[in-house]
Amino acid sequence: MSATTDWTRRTAAELADALAAGEVTSVELTQAHLDRIAAVDGDAASGVHAFLHVDAEGALEQARASDARRAAGAPLHPLDGVPIAVKDVLATTGLPTTCGSRALEGWIPPYDATVVSKLKAAGLPILGKTNMDEFAMGSSTEHSAYGPTRNPWDLTRIPGGSGGGSAAAVAAYEAPLAIGTDTGGSIRQPGAVTGTVGVKPTYGAVSRYGLVALANSLDQVGPVTRTVLDSALLQDLIGGHDPRDSTSIPQDLPSLVEAARQGAAGDLSGLKVGIVQELSGEGWQPGVKARFDETVALLVKAGAEVVEVSCPNIVHAIAAYYLVLPAECSSNLAKFDAMRYGVRVLPEGVESPSAEEVMRASRDVGFGDEVKRRIIIGTYALSSGYYDAYYGQAQKIRTLISRDFAAAFEQVDVLVSPTAPTTAFKLGEKLDDPLAMYAGDLATIPANLAGIPGISVPAGLADEDGLPVGFQVLAPAMADDRVYRVGAAVEALLAQEWGGALLAQAPELEEVAR
Amino acid sequence: MPDTPPSLTREDVAHLADLARIDLSDAELDHLAPQLSVILESVASIQGVAGDDVPPTSHPIPMTNVFREDVVVPGLTAEQALAGAPAVEEQRFSVPRILGDEQ
Repeated sequence: MSATTDWTRRTAAELADALAAGEVTSVELTQAHLDRIAAVDGDAASGVHAFLHVDAEGALEQARASDARRAAGAPLHPLDGVPIAVKDVLATTGLPTTCGSRALEGWIPPYDATVVSKLKAAGLPILGKTNMDEFAMGSSTEHSAYGPTRNPWDLTRIPGGSGGGSAAAVAAYEAPLAIGTDTGGSIRQPGAVTGTVGVKPTYGAVSRYGLVALANSLDQVGPVTRTVLDSALLQDLIGGHDPRDSTSIPQDLPSLVEAARQGAAGDLSGLKVGIVQELSGEGWQPGVKARFDETVALLVKAGAEVVEVSCPNIVHAIAAYYLVLPAECSSNLAKFDAMRYGVRVLPEGVESPSAEEVMRASRDVGFGDEVKRRIIIGTYALSSGYYDAYYGQAQKIRTLISRDFAAAFEQVDVLVSPTAPTTAFKLGEKLDDPLAMYAGDLATIPANLAGIPGISVPAGLADEDGLPVGFQVLAPAMADDRVYRVGAAVEALLAQEWGGALLAQAPELEEVAR
Repeated sequence: MPDTPPSLTREDVAHLADLARIDLSDAELDHLAPQLSVILESVASIQGVAGDDVPPTSHPIPMTNVFREDVVVPGLTAEQALAGAPAVEEQRFSVPRILGDEQ
């Protein structure tokens, strides 16, 4: 197959144009991606393993309907007919939704998440559901009950997490677009370590209805793509007010596609950029720091004014996050009681067990180690006598971090940092060392605590291991357009240096045995 | 506020798991208790960082009394609601006995 006819290598924007020009049908596009999935995705034992469920039949049916609409001159949206993958934490009728957990094995939701409804209403065929750390708890996708996803750059390494499946799917050309969720970096960090683009929108900018909650006050749905423009197209589509989500912001954001196109012109004159001192990469992996410094130099060349700013309370962000999150998740996951849905396990050797005994046994079998760790820490943090010292303090630190950001954004338009302190580590390396795993979230967590938007764009490969490094841009709440503008500028400036996209440098994946 | 450095004993973890309604085996307790103690010790670093004058943030965007329009929208049918149930009887969720527990 020549490069010109391999539709899986095109961006979503290019696919939309090709569909509009009649160069290809949605059925051809969808089949090309299904073939790619069959060739490289494999399973828990080998291959990328980005997908937990592939819905070939459903996707092709949606593609046929899309082609019929287009033939009749009535496409629903510019992306009508462009296939997409959805993280397995969003409810989809007719498709299993497991959240990477045994507790929900085989569960098929009776309703669609609002984001999924919007994708369907715009005519995007859904290829399947992507792998993730169980209930989105993790930074490596190794905590999936169904086996890890592998990084397409090196199958012995992690693809990031919790949304490693979505990031790996777009990095491996198994899908042009994917939906992710970001509670502490689960879109941005996988983007960084797989050489792809990921955006955490402003809290409340995208509906959470039908998203199985990890931590309600931190979770946000967002785009996972190979280019900044594709992310903008997707967020413009999935964003907006939803009366079914009481935390949904009742105002519209400025056009993100317009912001991305403006940024791609590469002129950043008049833009003030702040390097967060506490996240400047000092002491981090040298290749991460080097690519970050080079990218900042490019911003200066493009006309931006760069200054250092301090957000001193960020040093407390990980501790605050790993109290707020367990507290919220221990409460959220209480609903998995094995009574109305999900896996029910009867305790061994108990005659006529009570509902409570069944619940205990079901939760022991249904939940993995990381979920148990966080539920227990959360239960402790919310206990009477400890509440003020732990959860109460963590909530106050959220206030201090938000104030730090507010003060910084009085001086600058955007803040920048490396997305993650290291490149992709080896599978298994940190699996049984929770604190080491948590430490990798340092640069992404503050945005969730404060509710502000952030993007990760590829910044190059680290010299020491040849693996992708991410560049993060943060902006004030509701100013998502700024992260798209600056992200697109970085992407365009770096593409000039590289002579193309970073992903073009990724090794070709071998086909898995079938 | 607790004065002593925090730690979680095996018994503490067993109690918390009990509160969270999770049966943990002895092997799991052996494995998880030391890890949880290390995690707790690490997050305890925030104690005392923020003074009494700092208000807590429970939510990044302050909102109160959010209502939607009071209009009827379609809900789930009984069949849809019961479709994922572990056990169903006479169009109802069938659950284990709920009475007779000591607790």
